[in-house]
Parts: sequence; structure tokens; C-alpha cells
Amino acid sequence: MTSLPKPSSSAKLGLVIDLDICVGCHACVVNCKEWNTGGYGNALSDQDPYGADVSGAWLNRIHTFEVVPEGGEIIGEEGDARVVHFPKSCLHCEDAPCVTVCPTGASYKRAEDGIVLVDEDKCIGCGLCAWSCPYGAREMDVAAGVMKKCTLCIDRIYNDTFEEVDRVPACVRTCPAKARHFGDLGDPESDLSKLVAERGGVDLMPEQGTRPVNKYLPPRPRSTLASKAGALTAENTDGASGFFSWLDGMLERL
Amino acid sequence: MNAEPQIDLSQAASDEVKKTTCYMCACRCGINVHLKNTPDGKQKIRYIEGNRDHPVNRGVLCAKGSAGIMQHYAPARLKAPMLRTGPRGSGEFKEISWDEALALATEWLGKVRDDDPRKLAFFTGRDQSQSLTGYWAQQFGTPNYAAHGGFCSVNMAAAGIMTIGGAFWEFGAPDWERTKLFILFGVAEDHDSNPLKLGISKVKENGARFVSVNPVRTGYSAVADNWIGVRPGTDGLLILSLIHELLKARKIDVDYLSRYTNAAWLVIDAPGTADHGLFARNGDGKALVFDRVTETVVTAETKGVQGAFGGSCKLDDGRKVVPSFSLLAEKYLDEKYAPETVAAQCGVSAETIRGLAAEIARVAFDEEIFIEQPWFDMHGVKHDGYRGRPVSFHAMRGISAHSNGFQTCRALHLLQVLIGAIDCPGGFRYEPPYPKPVDSHPRPHGRAEHVNAGEPLAGPHLGFPLGPEDMLIDAEGQPCRLDKAFSWDSPLSAHGLMHMAIPNAHAGDPYPVDVMFLYMANMAWNSSMNTAGVVKMLEDKDEATGEYKIPKIIYSDAYWSETVSYADLVLPDTTYLERYDCISLLDRPIAEPDCVNDAIRWPVIEPDRDVRGFQSVILDLGARLKLPGFVDGEGKALYSDYADYIVRHERRPGIGPLAGFRGPEGTKLGRGEPNPDQLERYKQNGAFNSTHIPMEAQFFKHANAAYQEFGIRMGFFDKPAPVTFQLYNETLQKFRLSAEGMRKPQAPETHREQILTAFHPLPEWYQPFEEAAVDREAYPYHAITQRPAAMYHSWGSMNAWLRQIHTKNVLYVPGKICDSVGLETGNWAWVTSAHGRIKVEIARSEAVNEDTMWTWNAIGKRAGAWALDADAPEAEKGFLLNHLINELLPPKGDGMRWSNSDPITGQAAWYDLRVNIEKAEPGAQSEPHLPRTAKSVDGVDELRYGQEWD
Repeated sequence: MTSLPKPSSSAKLGLVIDLDICVGCHACVVNCKEWNTGGYGNALSDQDPYGADVSGAWLNRIHTFEVVPEGGEIIGEEGDARVVHFPKSCLHCEDAPCVTVCPTGASYKRAEDGIVLVDEDKCIGCGLCAWSCPYGAREMDVAAGVMKKCTLCIDRIYNDTFEEVDRVPACVRTCPAKARHFGDLGDPESDLSKLVAERGGVDLMPEQGTRPVNKYLPPRPRSTLASKAGALTAENTDGASGFFSWLDGMLERL
Repeated sequence: MNAEPQIDLSQAASDEVKKTTCYMCACRCGINVHLKNTPDGKQKIRYIEGNRDHPVNRGVLCAKGSAGIMQHYAPARLKAPMLRTGPRGSGEFKEISWDEALALATEWLGKVRDDDPRKLAFFTGRDQSQSLTGYWAQQFGTPNYAAHGGFCSVNMAAAGIMTIGGAFWEFGAPDWERTKLFILFGVAEDHDSNPLKLGISKVKENGARFVSVNPVRTGYSAVADNWIGVRPGTDGLLILSLIHELLKARKIDVDYLSRYTNAAWLVIDAPGTADHGLFARNGDGKALVFDRVTETVVTAETKGVQGAFGGSCKLDDGRKVVPSFSLLAEKYLDEKYAPETVAAQCGVSAETIRGLAAEIARVAFDEEIFIEQPWFDMHGVKHDGYRGRPVSFHAMRGISAHSNGFQTCRALHLLQVLIGAIDCPGGFRYEPPYPKPVDSHPRPHGRAEHVNAGEPLAGPHLGFPLGPEDMLIDAEGQPCRLDKAFSWDSPLSAHGLMHMAIPNAHAGDPYPVDVMFLYMANMAWNSSMNTAGVVKMLEDKDEATGEYKIPKIIYSDAYWSETVSYADLVLPDTTYLERYDCISLLDRPIAEPDCVNDAIRWPVIEPDRDVRGFQSVILDLGARLKLPGFVDGEGKALYSDYADYIVRHERRPGIGPLAGFRGPEGTKLGRGEPNPDQLERYKQNGAFNSTHIPMEAQFFKHANAAYQEFGIRMGFFDKPAPVTFQLYNETLQKFRLSAEGMRKPQAPETHREQILTAFHPLPEWYQPFEEAAVDREAYPYHAITQRPAAMYHSWGSMNAWLRQIHTKNVLYVPGKICDSVGLETGNWAWVTSAHGRIKVEIARSEAVNEDTMWTWNAIGKRAGAWALDADAPEAEKGFLLNHLINELLPPKGDGMRWSNSDPITGQAAWYDLRVNIEKAEPGAQSEPHLPRTAKSVDGVDELRYGQEWD
């Protein structure tokens, strides 16, 4: 049993993920893997990498599913079925059950910025934290026997050896659709907080009471093609001859 | 309260960063390769990220690019040259030295060159060095050279070049910053990958509308404001219906049409004569128009001319002529293109078609933008600024890979021109060195008079015929090329037909070859139609001699693909991080609309195997064969390797593979003497060069005097090369006349019907050939593939990270079909076509056109290939649709077998496939399951990449 810290600052670092623009390309997934396998803690191992039962530890995954929404939302012209690409990683919850459940204190939430981390030296690989996480955001590294999770690229975001612009998580830096944003969600005046307010960002599964820091931006409202443009009305639709008399008039005006 | 552990937050990412160009797909993004020393003193790749300064990807990097580490270290890498020891397909080889390998290749190739150069077929797949490989093949003397465009997207490229002097992707891009309506046809991913994602993101950020027209709602379509799930093969009809609506509502840009197109060009109206439907021209071949002011017939290029679009007149010789636009308007105003008429055929409601047309019109004309920037047109007339019609389009293989794809692509370009949206603010914008008029491209070479033993080919292989007289046929009308490119089968096959090379070589039709030399194309698997059949052709022996029907196959690739096992001699290529490469303006450029770019790859890590970059190898072979251009007067090699060639080769005086840092000081752009320090300068600059186009030259490049002058300065052309958009295409009419027997050379009787079906001077829609040929009730559905964002063709399954994203594929079947045949997710089904059948696992989907099933492209692998365990899911459950698609159409009773290709360009008609589906017993393996090929590499049980730095 590990306690959550009393925050030492108002900072709540996290991600905002825009579901209006995520095309499910997996750039964030793979870039996360390549940064973090050589970064914080043990490598993210892969078992049977060229065989039948290939699997590995990943800190960020995209789940793609298909929904047919209820109600009258206009989302397509021909059929309402919608494909959702849903990136999911640790949400760095304020009431993180994965921390309080940890028997060794390995799982902890940083007081200064709210990042939830695993101290791999203390981790005994019991898996309780993964069991307690309602989001399924933690993955056991089979080779090292320790729990792996999103660190918000803690070895990037404070890294003095990096240019300022690169002090963001790898997933944010690489996202080709610019669907991922990083910043301080504890500061209501931050660009990120404003973006969340403007776009109506939401918590994932708020009923779980975990108070996640990460937010998801829902798809922007969509409109039918005909909603902006009135129907095209044809003047003098008397076949081609009407067209050519109009055309002559247009050419005269050039 | 636990004390928080101390973490080193500021560890340097790496010991060294080298900037080069990605090759995990075809987009050519800039990458920073971080290298880090390991405790045992070696340097390994720590991390690959996008280069923020790079004009293509501006810092971002996709899943494929981010998995470069696993590509570079994949066990499937070839390690040394190999000579086949077992039968083809067995994967039994012995390693040999490069000296032995190159001596053998030289012996085989030298014999062919001295005897009959046609007996070499040299096809180069995913080649990004076609300016070198084409040059090599030309110097060798064989007419049988092409890259993979014929089975990729030649329809898009050829239709674009022939209509507007450019096309999408490598030729131009939407004006992402300014567009207010972006319409994407049939693109799932790639071509190009990161720029499209950046662009779609920008469109959404700007509050512009994004419409996706695609039978399947994956990837990009999933975030579109409006998704139109069109029935495959009917995009052209949908576009012509949009054109019908726009013409009917008078929503066209008459001023633009008047300035930049052949709308006013006079077409001869003399049915039954050899000139019918051709442009009226003066003695110098200049097209004529009827000037409304002087009421006389003058040349179209007369300054200040105001050509009539309607009416008719008579030439001095008495022939009746009409402006081409009057033919256009009459054609598309016909009710056969009305939304109500086409709706059922397209699987799109009339209301949606009208809505899309109305939105195009509204944005083009009510949201016009104007950029104040004086500029001069080719007549020297000054304009105050650039008027923009902010509607933009992008399309690639989805609309191209049909037997009616060429005309569909033409229709899309026509639509853009009608609303005035080509190279304007907010519309489609050219990327240098495009636009180029079609007649500035070469004519193809390969006829008997172009081919001589021991001599180079008389000119370039590929190009654009301007009429039947430019085809590559002999006196009997028979094809001169192995792939039958530029023959009556597909007269305008500007990229060749790589997908026909093996079947034709196997059949000895039109003639057998002795050596087939392939580079980087998985022809024994996913790059061929009728995969199992092609494999048999490669294995097939001549009963009399016991020799393989395709006697010698040389193959070069970096990885142990399915095709490697069919080679007799394997030349192992390097990975993309171990090689020099040149992303050249002479080749397939990576320019952006406002800047001219080229780039290099260079060895950021040294090979640890006995492998060589393919381009250096063919330079070596060129020297051994003493090909002109590869040896000096004394027969000594001109270039030590590809890097040397990139720097010193000049195609024209002062024009070489790279445009940047030319001249002795490295200060010249485009034109300039070779600079020995050029590659170093590229490396220092992030492996690319980018030259900004002046604002007064950035738009209407096809008619902008400042741009034309810029193009000359940069060496794109030596004199101005403006483009007049060819809405009405005379070349296509010439083929019609040949098919009508009115023009020489006359089309043979066998081909007349096909030519008359497909060749129309104005874009036309016709039913895809397979759909027309098969019983629609027996094969009521479509089956197509989509390209996954995280995998590039077959290149990906040997990548330990990417294969975890797509380990197998299933067939997504629309709910309506599932209900009618009793299928549920997880069931197995037999899918049958007129050609074959496959047994696969299915999943139900509603986000798809109701008559169309689909799967991911090229996930299925042959057991044993790619250094995967033979029981890998890619081989056990993954599958290819290729087994259902034949390279030939079903027989139609005329004694001929027709290629399953577009009859104009020869583009492989992958997406014409018609199928049926029925429930099958559950299975452990997809079928057909080809026997295992190759031997597995020693197993790797676990990867802990990066643990050495813990």
C-alpha cells in the first residue's frame, strides 16, 4: 500500500489527445517504443519477435473500433458507421489506484508534476497495479519482470541537453496529424487547458473516480454537404443552347 | 511517505546524430538518426526521429519511420551474394564472393548484349534511382526496362501529365494552408504519408471541410467530415456527374478556361475523314481558335485573342470546325450524367452528389481568395495578384488501379480545371520541376531500329506517345517490348507493365528472354497478380532442355523476400541507413509547391555484412560490360561508386543528379559544374537542399513568366515550357481514328473494339472490364485492399515492432453480406473470383460500401520467407487477394486473352476484382497455403533492444 503524495506544486503534466484528427496511424505507438526501449528503466522487450506468438511491452497503443452512434448526429453522407481510432496510454490519474495498490512503493506519483512512475528497482512484478488500473494502461515487461508504463518521457521533458522545442514526449513530437498535445493541465491559463475548455475535452471513464489528468478532445461537430451550400439552381436549363448563350455572355464580360 | 527516487533527467539522447533520408516507404522524409556507443565499443542506433527542418515531414515521423531500428537490424537481411544450389523456390543457396557474383553476372549479361540485348528484361520495382537504372538499361541496349509504375499508379501520372502537365504526389499537392474544401479520392495511406497527415490536420485546424470518397472508411476517411462510400470503379462516373451539375449551374471559371486551356481550340468536324476530331492547325502545327473580336481564325497563342467557346465556323479549306469546349459542354450536359441517372451505379445517392457539387461550387466561387502579388503571364501581361478557388483534391491508386482508371483520373483533372483550381491559392499546386507539357517528355524507344547488339538503345525507354505513330510495334503491329508496353494492348503505357514481364517471359510472348534482372520488387508474392501462377511460371522448365523457361534470374534486395528464393543469383543490397542514394530532380522529386528540394541518403552506419548498395553494383557491372557512359575511352570505370556518380555525373552540361551546392565553391543552384564537396555540403545541411521559389513565381506556374524563367535558371528546362491544359485530348482521338480505320497505323481488327471503348478525347466512364466480363450474379461483390498506415507493402513483417501491429489480416465483410450468407466475425469463408478462391477469416464491418469487402494489403506472407518462423500468423492466417486476381481477363471467346489492365496505360487493374463469398468450415490456415520457402534464420527468442544502455 503506497500513499499518494501531497502535490508540491499545482502542476499536472499530461497529454491531450484529439480524436477529431487521430487517423490511427500508430506513429505515436512506435515512436514511443523506440524512444523508451533505450530510455528510462529496462528495455521494452519483445518475446518471440519473429515467431508465432510475438508479443511485447508497449507504453502506448491504439485501439480501433467501429461504432454506429445512436441519435441524430450527422457524421457521414452514406451510412453512419464510424471508425474510431483511440490512442491509450497512462492517464496519470490524480487518484491513481495503481499507486495506492502497490505493495512495495515502486509505483508512485511525483509530487512536483503528478507524473505516475514505476521505480523499477523496487518493483517485484506482482502485477497488482495493472489489475487495479481501469484503463489497462500498464504492461509487464516479461524479460525484466517489472511493470512498464508511460513516463510522459520524463527523460525528455526536463532534458537540458535537448532544445526546448524537443522537450516533449516522443509521441507528441512525432504525431504526423498533430493530434497529441503536451503541457500543464493544472494551470487553467496554459494553452493546453484552454484547448480543453474550447473543445470540450473529456475524462476517460470518469465514473471510475480516478480523476485522470490526460484529456480527450471529442470529434468536432460535422455537417452535411448540403448544409452550407444551397442547392445548385440552374438558370435557363434549356439543354446546351441555354448554356452557350450564358457562356457567350460570360465571354463578353472578360 | 516514500522519498521519490532520483532520476537522471538530462541524459544526452545519443553520442552522435546523423541526418539522412528515410526509406521505410516512398515518401522520403528527413530523419535524425541518433547513434549511441554500447559498452562493447560499438555504435548502435539509439533513436530515429523526424528532422524538423526538412521540407517534406517538418519533424514528424510515422510508425514505419519510427520502426527503422528494427528494419535495420532485422534477421531477414541478406548477408552475402548467393548462388542458387537447390531448385527454384527451395531457398537453397551457397554464399559466394562479390568477385564471383559480378563475374557471373557480367558473363550472363555480356552474352546477351553481344547477341540480342532484348533478351535482358531489367525491371526495378520500388526504385528511387530510375534516372540511373533507366540510363544503365539504355546504355545496355535492351528495350525491356521499367520500374513498378505500371502496377502502381501510372494512370494518375499519365492522365495528369497529359491533361495538366503534372499530377498528384510527386508532381503537386493541395495548398494545405489555404484550402477550404479538401476532397480525397480513394487514398488509404501513403503517397504521401506524413505530408497528407500534416495536411489533413491543417485542413481541420483551419475549419475547412474534408470529404473522403472511398469505399472503405479507415484511416483518413475515419476523420473526414463527410465520407462517401462509393462503389469501386465508379469514381469516374461520380466525377462526371459533378461536372454535369457544375455546368448546369454555370459554376465554372470561364476566365480561367479562356486563359489556360484548349477550350477554344477548334476541332475539325469531318466525320469519316482522317482528321475528324483533331485540332485545326496552321502550317506550323499551331492550334487555331476563332477570335470573337476580329471574327477571324487565328492561332491560339495570339496575344490578346478572345477565342469563342461555342458555335462553329469554316476554315479556308471549307472544313467545319467547332471549339473543343462546345463538344465538352454538350457531352456533359447530357442527362446521362445527371445525379439521378448515376446514383445507383455509383452506390451514392443523388442528393449526396448534388450536395458535393453545390459545396464545390460554393467554396470555389463564394469563398474565392485573392493574394495581392503582381506577376506577369507568358504574354507579358501584368496581373495584380493570384485569384484562388480554394477547392483541392488528392487521389492515387484507389481511382487509378482500374481498367477505366486513366479516364477517371482525366475526369478528376478536368473537374479541377473547370473550377479554375489548378495552381492557384487554395487549390492544387504544382511541385517543381512540374508542370511540364506532355510534348517536352520523350517519345518511347524500343523498336527494331532502336535496338542493336552491342549498342545502346537509341533513346529513353519510357515516355509519352503523341499518336499511334510513336508506338513500339513492328511492321506487323506486334509489340517490341517484352511487357508489350506501347503496343495496341496499352499504347500509352508510360511506366511499362512490370506485372506482365514474368508471364510474358514464361510464355515467350512476344519473345523469350535469357536474363531477368529484378531489383526490389516482390514479384513472387504480393507485387504480382495470380501469385501462385507466377510462382509456377518461375519454377516451370522447358521439357526438351530441362532448363527453366526463364533461364536466368538475377535479383537484388536487402531482405529475404519471397522472390529471393526464385533467383539464381542474389546480389544483396544494403539497408537504407548503410547506403548512398539520391532523391533527384531528374528522377522522382520531393519538391513542395513553394520550394525546390532534393536530398541524399548516406551511410550513417557501416554495413556489418558482405553487402553493397545496388546502385554501386550496377555502376560496377556497367564498367565491367564497358557500357558507354560507364567507362572512359580506355575502358576504365568512370565512377568508383554511386557517391562518385552522384557528384560527377552530368546528364546535360552543368545538370547533375543533385541541384544544390554546385560549382567549385558550392554556391550554384540547379546549373553548375560538379562540386567534389557536394555530398559533404548536403550532409552538413541535413541531407537535403531546399530552394525557395520567389512569390511572383509561386502560382499559375504553367503560365507564369517568372516561374518559367526560374525553371530555366534551375535547369528544369532550357527554354520556357508553359502548359496549356488539354481538356480535349487529341492524342486519344488519334487512336480512335486508327481504330476506325481512318488513320495509319491502323489498329488491328482485334483491338478496335477495346480502343473505341476506352479512347475518348474527353473523359469518359465505362464499366470496368472484369465487371463487364463476369456474370454479375455469380460474382456480385467487390473485394479490394487498403494500405495500412503502419506497414509498407510487404516491407514490414520482418520488423519485430511493426508486425505486432499487423500480425495477420482478416477480410472485412459488410453487414448486409454477412446477414445474407450467415457470416459472423471470426467465421471463415471461401471467397471466389472468376480466377481462383481463397479461404480466410472474416470480420463484420458497417463502415464500408455495402457491396465491397476489403482487407489490409500485403500482410500475408509465404511460410519461411522474411526470416519469420514458418508458423508465423502472417503465413498461417494472413492472406493475399492476389490469388483471386489474374493478370489476364477471363476469356471472352475471341481467341485472345486480354491483360487485366487499363487499355490505355496498361495500369494493373487490381481493384476491378469481382467476388462471391460463402461460409467455410473453420480452419487453421488460410488457403491457398503455398509450401514453405527458404530456411528460417536461427531463431531469436527475445529482443531487449536498448538494454545495453540501461
